[in-house]
Parts: sequence; C-alpha cells; structure tokens
Amino acid sequence: MKSFISLSKAMALGLLRDRAAVFFMLVFPLMFLAMFGALFSNDSTPQSKVIQVGDVKVLDAMPDQQRAALRDVLKIEKTDGSPAARKEALEKVRKGDMDAAVFQQDKGGIELRYSAADSVRSGSVRGVVDSVVQQANQQATGQPPAYRLAPRQVEDESVKPIQFLTPGLLSWAVAMGGVFGSALNLVSWRKKRILRRLWLAPVSAGSVVGARVGVNLVLAFAQTAVFIGLATLPVYGLQLSGYWWLCLPLVACGTLAFMSIGLLIGSWAKTEEAANGLAQIIILPMAFLSGSFFPLDVAPDWVRSVSEFLPLTYLAEAMQSVLSRGESWGAVLPVMGGLLAFAAVLTLIASRLFRWDDA
Amino acid sequence: MTDTAITVEGLRKRYGDTQAVDGVSFEVKHGEFYGILGPNGAGKTTTLEIIEGLREPDEGTARLLGEASWPRNPALLHRIGVQLQASAFFERLSAREQIHTFASLYGVPGDRADAMLETVGLNDKSGTRENKLSGGQAQRLSIACALVHDPELVFLDEPTTGLDPQARRNLWDLLRTINSEGRTVVLTTHYMDEAEILCDRVAVMDNGRILRVGTPAQLIEELGVRSLEDVFLQLTGREYRE
Ligand SMILES: Nc1ncnc2c1ncn2[C@@H]1O[C@H](COP(=O)(O)OP(=O)(O)OP(=O)(O)O)[C@@H](O)[C@H]1O
Ligand SMILES: [Mg+2]
Repeated sequence: MKSFISLSKAMALGLLRDRAAVFFMLVFPLMFLAMFGALFSNDSTPQSKVIQVGDVKVLDAMPDQQRAALRDVLKIEKTDGSPAARKEALEKVRKGDMDAAVFQQDKGGIELRYSAADSVRSGSVRGVVDSVVQQANQQATGQPPAYRLAPRQVEDESVKPIQFLTPGLLSWAVAMGGVFGSALNLVSWRKKRILRRLWLAPVSAGSVVGARVGVNLVLAFAQTAVFIGLATLPVYGLQLSGYWWLCLPLVACGTLAFMSIGLLIGSWAKTEEAANGLAQIIILPMAFLSGSFFPLDVAPDWVRSVSEFLPLTYLAEAMQSVLSRGESWGAVLPVMGGLLAFAAVLTLIASRLFRWDDA
Repeated sequence: MTDTAITVEGLRKRYGDTQAVDGVSFEVKHGEFYGILGPNGAGKTTTLEIIEGLREPDEGTARLLGEASWPRNPALLHRIGVQLQASAFFERLSAREQIHTFASLYGVPGDRADAMLETVGLNDKSGTRENKLSGGQAQRLSIACALVHDPELVFLDEPTTGLDPQARRNLWDLLRTINSEGRTVVLTTHYMDEAEILCDRVAVMDNGRILRVGTPAQLIEELGVRSLEDVFLQLTGREYRE
C-alpha cells in the first residue's frame, strides 16, 4: 500500500511537471470546448425572427407559458398595422433582416410572408408559425387534443451544440489522457530504465500498474470536473440532466479502455516519438470518425460504419445520453461492460508484447 | 546459514551471435568484498544482472543468501541493494524525491533517506531534478538509492565511474564502512588501484568467462608482475575490445 502511494506520487509529480503533457491532456481539449462553444453559441438555436404587422389574434392570444417555451426559437417584433409599416416589414424580410412577416387576414386567415432566398430559414419560420397556428386551432375547438405535437421547430429536436460538444469533447479528452498517459509513461520509464530498477525493488507489478491507473483516473476526473464546470457556465449554458453523475463510472471505464490502447502502443513502441506518433494516428482520426467533434447524422455511410468499431463512439454516445439526454443506467451499463471487455482484451495482448527494457 | 552469500553455477547467456556469459561459476563469502574485473564487453554487467535476478540465464543458477534469484523473489529483493551501470531515475523528480520514493518502496523512513543523501554529499542538490544533475552527482544518487534500505548484499556496477577524486575517496570510505559492518559487496570496476585497495578477492573476466580468481596480492605473485594492472593486462591482452 505504501509503495502504491509513493509510486502514485512519483508518477503524478512527473506528469504535472511535464508542461506539454498537462497542456495536451487538460488545456488543449478545454480550448476546443471554449472555441467550439463560442463558435456555436450564437446560432446555437436558429431563432426565427418574425415581424408582426398589427394585431394577429393567434400570436397575441398566446399564453405566457407557450410564449416562454417558444422564446428560444421564435422572436416576434410587433409593429402597428399601417400600410407603411407593412411595406417596411416586407422590405425587411426581402433583405433578410427578418425571417418572415405576419399579418391578420379576414376571418382568421393568417398571412405569412417569407423570402425564398434562404430556404432553411424560411422553412424553419414556416414550421414554427404553423405549429403555433395548429395549436391555437386545436385550443379553439375546446376539445382536449387528440394528437399532440410539441410546439417546437424541427431544428430544436437536435441537441444544442453545447449539449453535444461537452460529452464529445470530454470523451475525447479522457481518451487522450488514457492513451498518451499510459503509452508515453511506459516508453519513457522503459527508456529511463526505471522499470528495470523497479523490478529490483520489492514492489509488485500490481502496485506499478495500479498507481498508473490511479493517477490516470484522478486526471480523468479532474478533466471531467473542469469540463462540466466550464460548460455549465451561463456563457455556454450546458443543461445537465438528472443522471449526469453516471458520467463518472463511464469516465472510469473509458479511462481503462483507452489506457489499454496506450499500454499496447507503449509495449510495442521503442521510442517516445514512435509512441507519440502512433497515439496521434489512432486518437485523432478516431475523434473525428466517432462523432466526438460533430454529429455523424449527415456523415457518409462509410464513416458511420467505421464509427461502429470505435470505442470512442460508444463512450461519447453514452456520455451524451447521461449528460444531456437524461438517460440512466440502461444507456451506460452495456457501454461500460463493452469498454471493460475491450480493456481486458487489449491488456492481454499488450502483456504479450510487454518488455521491461530495450534489450 | 552457510558462509557463502552468493553461489553462481554455470551461468550462460547469449544475445544473438554474442555469447555474453559463457559458463561463469564463483562463490562470494559473507562479508566479503568481491571485485569483478574485465575489459569492455567482457560480460561483467550481464553476469551481475543475472545474479541480481534482472535477467534470466540461458543456463545455470545464481543463489543469493541461500535463495534463487530467478524467478523474481520479492523477499530477497529487500535484502539486496543494486546500483545499475546506467542510472535509472523517476522522470522529473528531484534528488530528494527520488531517494524518498525508493526509501518508501523498501519501507524505510524518510529521515534515513535524507541521511543517505547527506552521506553521498548531495544535500545541497536535494531539490535538483534528475536531468539537471551532473554525471557524477547522478552516479552518487544512484548509489545512495541502492544503499538506502541498508541491504545485506550490495551490487555496484562501476560505481566510481565519473566520480571526481574526492567523491571516489568518500565512496571508498563509505563502502569500507558498509563492508566492515558485515555486509557483502560485489562491484565491477575498471580502476585497478580501486580493486587493489578495496577488494578481498577479484575475478578477472574476459569473453564471458572467468579467467582467474584470487586476492590481488595472490594474483600479482602468481603471475610475477608488479601490480594488479599488469595482472589484468597479462590475462586479457593489450588489444582493444569491441
Ligand atoms: N541487451 C543486450 N543485447 C545484445 N547484446 C548485449 C546486450 N547486453 C550486452 N550485450 C553484449 O554482451 C556482451 C557483454 O556485455 P556486458 O554489458 O556484460 O559487458 P561489460 O563487461 O559490462 O562491459 P563494460 O565494461 O563496457 O560495462 C557485449 O559484447 C555486449 O555487446
Ligand atoms: Mg558493464
């Protein structure tokens, strides 16, 4: 136990004093989060801006509750109903300053004028106004609704970028920490012959491996804390779901799985450069192909097929389930099992390739 | 307990085409100061590493304090101290942190580690990182780490290589003190004066074999030469070694 603690201390100090390692494992992913988060935070929800000319019954009569629910997707600017205002409103739509203009026609008809110039924006504004109208219609019948449709535009069905980015980038950070941590450590300890020296000290292999795993777990939890802390700041506005804490066991299993990749690299590679290069070659494409950086919904089929073989895909997906989608054990248990099995298989292979020294 | 601390029988080790150790047998008695001499590539380090239990011999056995050193035997490791030919340190730790880490691996209290650092004269370098130590300072730290747990059996592979004359003399004093307390010391060296001064017995090796074993005085007399250096040159020739 004592040797486990002192080895952990030695490893942790060695790691913390390696500025480049700290940068790549902790600061670098955070920079990505800050950057992507800022990039997407403006048009995170493509809000439809509608100019309302004069009174429009359905819009004016919207209950506050519904108005609040729509605030993120629909912004209504009201002007008076004069012909001049109407002309000005249409001009604004034409120029693209506003997405649509709405007027009351006779007999409950509502006219929505949009520009064909931007089909995405016109499509979303049509969708959201249409849903408002549908809802008003249904309420006007006084019947409880037979069918219910959430008054949200289709775009909002997809996760807000920060909800997607945080789990993805956190998974990527954990993966990097695991792979680089174990691969570089193993190679440099071998090159520095400290592994051989430890062989001659009365410590068990379990203490050495355990200490390394312990240090990596602490690192991964620190990454998690910093990530979630940053993402939940109002600027980024991550909304954590109730089961967010399930990300902790997930992070632990992910760390083990990626450390096993690092172990394999470290067992094989002879130099730090080789280990570093190989780790990059594995991690970087994996980050893109697994959908940690952006959703794969629109990715080509082959990308999605490849992603099914990548552990990071499952980690990121499960992380997203518990952090932002409010899913529970059901979403993480199979993934945790899979990651652990993956770790076991790779560790077994690595132990075959393992060398105490360069000779 | 027998009076032999180390029993080596028929060690052989081959690396590819090189027969690094080719049938080495010898015994070291308890409390003896034993030197292994030989030109570069003679197989001294390989022999020591097999005896320490760091490498598996192709053939033969090495017993330390009555126990086989291969396969790895943690109980034995408490009782032996090893300084490897190439120093091995934890990355980015200071001298003091290195020796404290080693001390705690052996269950030795921290003040003993500090005392050891003082003994090898590294007190004012205690905060210096491993890669900022001079060659001789690293060597001294490595020796301190080997001795921190007060081992019964000490293996030192060229401990005085790279040391300044002061440090060399101080290390001799230290080793003699340890030896006079009854600990067994095995060292390799290329300094014949050192071997002559320190060692009770020396073994001269070449090409993976032991050529001659005896006290320095004995060997000098047997070969009818003036110094241990002459013994060495006469036994191993004057040509360069690969
Ligand atoms: N890991 C290894 N792989 C291949 N060959 C090796 C290895 N270690 C040693 N050798 C070879 O074995 C022979 C003996 O090497 P060893 O290190 O035991 O010599 P030595 O007597 O300690 O020499 P020196 O005085 O230079 O330290 C040398 O020819 C060396 O090239
Ligand atoms: Mg040697």
